[in-house]
Amino acid sequence: MPVITIDGHRLEVPAGKTIIEAAYENGLQIPHFCWHPALSVAGNCRMCLVEVGLPRRRADGTLEVDERGQPVIAFLPKLQIACATPVADGMVIRTKSERAVRAQEAVMEFLLINHPLDCPICDEAGQCKLQEYAFRYSRGFSRFGEEKVHKPKRILWGPTIVFDAERCILCSRCIRFANEIAKQPVLTFVERNDHVTIELYPGTEFDNPYSMNVIELCPVGALTSRDFRFRARVWEMSFTDSICPGCARGCNIRVGVRNNEILRLEPRRNLHVNQYWMCDEGRLTQYGFVNVNRVDGPHLRRTVSTALERATWEEAYEAVATALRRYKPTEIAVIASGRLTNEDAYAVKKFAQMVLKTPHIDFPRREDPYFGDDFLRCRDRNPNTTGVLEIGIKPGPGGLTLSELPERVRYGAIRCLYIVEEDPVSLLPELRQALEDAEVVIVHASNWTETAKGAHILLATTTYAELEGTYTNIQRRVQLLRPAIATKERDRFQAGMAASRLDKFGAWNDRWTHGPRRDCRQTWYHLREIAHRLGTVWKWRRSEEVFQEITHEIPSFAGMTYELLETYQGIVLGKGRNPDPVPPLRYESHVLKP
Amino acid sequence: MNITQNTEAQRMSFWERLYLPEIVRGLGITLRQMFKPKFTRQYPEERWEPLGSYRGRPVLVLDEDGERCVACGLCSRVCPALAIEVQAAETEREKERYPVKFEINMLRCIYCGYCEEVCPEEAIVMSKDYELVFEDRESAIFGKEQLLVPIAQLQDRLEFLRRYK
Repeated sequence: MPVITIDGHRLEVPAGKTIIEAAYENGLQIPHFCWHPALSVAGNCRMCLVEVGLPRRRADGTLEVDERGQPVIAFLPKLQIACATPVADGMVIRTKSERAVRAQEAVMEFLLINHPLDCPICDEAGQCKLQEYAFRYSRGFSRFGEEKVHKPKRILWGPTIVFDAERCILCSRCIRFANEIAKQPVLTFVERNDHVTIELYPGTEFDNPYSMNVIELCPVGALTSRDFRFRARVWEMSFTDSICPGCARGCNIRVGVRNNEILRLEPRRNLHVNQYWMCDEGRLTQYGFVNVNRVDGPHLRRTVSTALERATWEEAYEAVATALRRYKPTEIAVIASGRLTNEDAYAVKKFAQMVLKTPHIDFPRREDPYFGDDFLRCRDRNPNTTGVLEIGIKPGPGGLTLSELPERVRYGAIRCLYIVEEDPVSLLPELRQALEDAEVVIVHASNWTETAKGAHILLATTTYAELEGTYTNIQRRVQLLRPAIATKERDRFQAGMAASRLDKFGAWNDRWTHGPRRDCRQTWYHLREIAHRLGTVWKWRRSEEVFQEITHEIPSFAGMTYELLETYQGIVLGKGRNPDPVPPLRYESHVLKP
Repeated sequence: MNITQNTEAQRMSFWERLYLPEIVRGLGITLRQMFKPKFTRQYPEERWEPLGSYRGRPVLVLDEDGERCVACGLCSRVCPALAIEVQAAETEREKERYPVKFEINMLRCIYCGYCEEVCPEEAIVMSKDYELVFEDRESAIFGKEQLLVPIAQLQDRLEFLRRYK
């Protein structure tokens, strides 16, 4: 393999790599705007200019050496762009030499000539590559006294994206993304020299299912989301690593939270799963339900005909235990969910088998053939179908499947329904009648769904943003979720939750700390409490302990721990002892965003 | 070398040690002050007008064409006491960002003036207002209606900033 030297670091790099790839694989930074590891090389920003030298050779091909026996390096007269120059054996690269720094300063000066300096207004401030580089690589003042070129602002590219042509630095990342990743080639450069701008082809819209990735991709604030525009500064939010619950792909995301409310989701790099991207659907729809329409605390119907009333946890657990004691095991049916984490699914299975001793346990599939595609989106809209099946949630011997259930409920064979974090009514309308026919309906729910409203006993559960647990995606990769939102019982600063400055220093009487904290608990916690009242003691205190039990009980999970899941960005089932290595290109485009 | 001889009593002269003449001298100073001009101000009736350099409560500048603030959030970020809360939103004006909510918790504010210093729009300045009385915590949180002050009333401070900032 060729051996190269970047700023004095000797690196061994596979042939064919470019200088910038070699640098990033080895943790060295080279400034750049247009280069992105997942896109083709455009080489138009000129920010990655470096000094490149090769060993000088004599006419017979041997290396020329100096008096100390070192090869003589002949530097190329012009600087080369690191993103498009392949490495060669013996190459010496200087990124911090006087010539390279002068070139970087010059490029920054050119870029800033027509860039409006209204960072206070721009939504990107604080996570802007141009802003960051202006501190690191530019001279800090402007020699340009003339009027800047004005271009159109606030252009709608599609239903979700706003384009500001003045802020654009013409790196062409969005154009290449549209052509290569989203496969919707509708963007192009128009005009000449300093009037160049990006336009849509006439009559088209940039509205493909992955379009919003250009917002993170854009190194400046030229592309913003209509959904998020101006809602918060990036430094006011905390970002917790999580997994998108929108479909079985399990894209790695970061959850942006301020005042205990999710403001946005953004993709997080995981080259095994979603690379650098996520779909618009996930980004736009997978946080609203966490913020609104939540079940807060346990609810009971004191008599059969009264409305659901708020109760204490003690009362609610006691009521569930009393209700369950009344029925024979075969009269109880459990409806689990593909949205359960592995931990919760395990608790549900154990509860059904050991405490209820019922064979009637099943969970509805959430298939949407129109949602699936050949990139990230999956037909299966449940985030953890694979995991729930792997844990073993399926009808036992003689158990009923979901489709057989309504009839059995009608004839009184099943008298008690135990529904865990699922809204089966919305999926199978015939279950609506079953809900009315059953004598007791116990529901674990996070939101006021139709099912939750029809419950006799309702236990508030966490959403994906409040729990600690793991999902197993469609590629059988077990991935870790950390809680991003505080609940009544779990403060920030626990279980790996990120905290912003406002979270850290806000007092109880500050208005910005008044974001709603719901009184909800994770399903395994409910089941532990109920099992305890029915005479079975489980000693779980944290999700991690449930997961430990899973790794001992279920062979395919063996060897996994939360720490390993975090380090390896998820581990494929059965590979707990020899996880796939994390790909070497640990690239972060911006400090605060991927 | 230890100094053991230089105690207070040893340093005093004979007349000082007598004590009585010193008391008379002290009374003399008091008596003299009674005939000198007074500095005391009859506060609520007589008010003090501070100079432009005075750092009173921070206010938002209300320009001829509306508020200057673009809700960049820098004041909120720089505030060492976390007194300022800003919520931005989009507007149709040329500067596309404005604060829907701008609150300063005057119980948290320490009048350091960092918000004024960091403001890129000269939209938040320290006023001359030093009379701040609240009856409860909620009324100490000033919203936009209390914070926005017409630019005409802030000329001294703006002049001071122009000269010395």
